[in-house]
Amino acid sequence: MQELHKKLKEKFPDDVLGTHEQHGDETAIVKPSSLLKVAQFLRDDPEFAMNFLMDLTAVDGLRLGWNPRFQVVYHFFSYGKNHRLRIKVPAADGGSVPSLTGLWAVANWFERECWDLFGVKFDGHPDLRRIMMYDGFVGHPLRKDYPINKRQPLIGPGAIAK
Amino acid sequence: METAPNIVPQVNTGFVTSKLEEMIGWARKFSIFQYPFVTACCGMEYMATACAHYDVDRFGAGLPRFSPRQSDVLFVVGTISHKLAPVLKQIYDQMADPKWVVAFGVCTCTGGFYDNYSTVQGIDTLIPVDVYIPGCPPRPENVLDGLMKLQEKMQKQKQAL
Repeated sequence: MQELHKKLKEKFPDDVLGTHEQHGDETAIVKPSSLLKVAQFLRDDPEFAMNFLMDLTAVDGLRLGWNPRFQVVYHFFSYGKNHRLRIKVPAADGGSVPSLTGLWAVANWFERECWDLFGVKFDGHPDLRRIMMYDGFVGHPLRKDYPINKRQPLIGPGAIAK
Repeated sequence: METAPNIVPQVNTGFVTSKLEEMIGWARKFSIFQYPFVTACCGMEYMATACAHYDVDRFGAGLPRFSPRQSDVLFVVGTISHKLAPVLKQIYDQMADPKWVVAFGVCTCTGGFYDNYSTVQGIDTLIPVDVYIPGCPPRPENVLDGLMKLQEKMQKQKQAL
């Protein structure tokens, strides 16, 4: 194994809060304030060379008692090296994490989706609008405290629009 | 001198008697121009029905039109989300009378298993529906059954002239 998480921890001992690895899936938990620095390193360092941001999502830890409540999860992949690394960043309810749109253009829509469905803000995002739900939708539907039976039709009976 | 035979004038052209209402119903039910509003996996089954094996052209419904202005049956095929609902309503409003709506698959009938924040729980909350075809997705036989029920309805209804 390459043990990328250990190398990352050695490189950024103060910025990486913790690491773990299971069945070859490596994860590093990074401070929100250090995310840009670490992400830039992952992309530009020839040993890591993570040129592909595969996925960006969030996990709501409401029922797990997490504090802060959310974790934003980034999946990085390197085409050249054929290796992967997962980065997790804690985010408070109503809080924000830095936007990666300056480093990977694909982060733009990922972060809009994450904002739309979880309500995690991204600092420095050029256009943080809803992408899945419509304008005027109230709340963030993938939050664990979003009522499972709540309906907000855009038109028709019970519509939110005029 | 022979007398000319008393010839009854023969009518050579055939004719049928009918009511105008039934005549129009018969014409309309065999000239269905559908608008396929296809959003999801049911579209594959719609295509299977339209192609040679099941041949929807046998029912006079072989020519889908991709403009709502030229079509008279709106086939809503696939899941309709709340975000898409205004578009569906607009398409329906753009169709000229007389017009009919077919809800194809359970998602359009009731929302199906998408009982969640994003999906319209049945398109009949938005527009009037004539025929519901359940199934996830419906078999082509099921679709043809629905189409024949629609034809029956077209034939029997009061014809708007």
